[in-house]
Amino acid sequence: MDAAAHDTHDAHDEPHLTPYSVYVGIWLALIALTGVTVLASVVDMKHQAIFVALFVATAKSTLVVLYFMHIAFENRVFWWFLLSAIATFVIFVLLTFADYAYR
Amino acid sequence: MSDATATPAELHGHEDHGHEDHEAHYGVPGYDPTASKMGMWLFLFTELLLFGTLFIVFAAYFYKFPTYFMEASSSLNIPVGGFNTVVLLTSSLTMALAIAALQRGNVKLSVKMLNATIGFAVLFCIVKAFEWGGKFEHGIWPGSDHVSAMEFGQQVFYSLYFVMTGFHALHVIIGAGLILWVKKRTLNGTISQERLVLMENIGLYWHLVDLVWIFLFPLYYLIS
Repeated sequence: MDAAAHDTHDAHDEPHLTPYSVYVGIWLALIALTGVTVLASVVDMKHQAIFVALFVATAKSTLVVLYFMHIAFENRVFWWFLLSAIATFVIFVLLTFADYAYR
Repeated sequence: MSDATATPAELHGHEDHGHEDHEAHYGVPGYDPTASKMGMWLFLFTELLLFGTLFIVFAAYFYKFPTYFMEASSSLNIPVGGFNTVVLLTSSLTMALAIAALQRGNVKLSVKMLNATIGFAVLFCIVKAFEWGGKFEHGIWPGSDHVSAMEFGQQVFYSLYFVMTGFHALHVIIGAGLILWVKKRTLNGTISQERLVLMENIGLYWHLVDLVWIFLFPLYYLIS
């Protein structure tokens, strides 16, 4: 915990300044990925389509969380925070489907 | 305060004192942006469970009625949904830029970006209202005679569509109101370069709204 706090000591005193251009770059990537997911839906892939859509949506979310929501520059404790929340949700999904698929 | 910088001295003696107990100057015990953000993230996790649960329901029924879901999905307009996706992504950019500008002490640019974010939020809601309106004209709303006559799988699709996009639109409206509030506080100096965690937290909320739409759009519009 001490080490983690030390890690981002500077970030606490003076906020990490992300250049404007980085945000614009992330935005362009998000728009491009939206294009990819729309194009992919036109291609007839039957049941794989949903997985492609989810994969692209996950990639977009990762960009938003890391850069727009600053997780990439926050204190490491936010990583563990976020990971435990996602892990909890994944457990909900897995348990629900384990039950659902075999009833 | 159109001035580009707000010094701690200007913050001093502001009438908005005591709005929050931890209102104290930056660097002084009591102003703890990391703790504030942690509280915000905790709240966002409850939002993850709210929308996450609805996504699980969607997935379970999609698994059960894939054909009906795909048929119903094809009645949604992809260009309109895609346009709204671009609108929300752009609003996320302007929100992030508003924070970045204030971090550099540029109040003018920050307020401009907040205005743009509110504008995009309103645009999103107008487009969404027309989309829903179009569905209503075709007799499609939860429990309508037309929908009740459909296959059960399609009924579930439309019910979930209205509940989830409705919950999401509610978040957009609340978010726009919160950003308006942040703008007021930025203009009167209670949010400033030295103390901008409130803007950052409302920004986090706004990006969450964007995140939910990132999943809603492909799952509802693109599965046909």
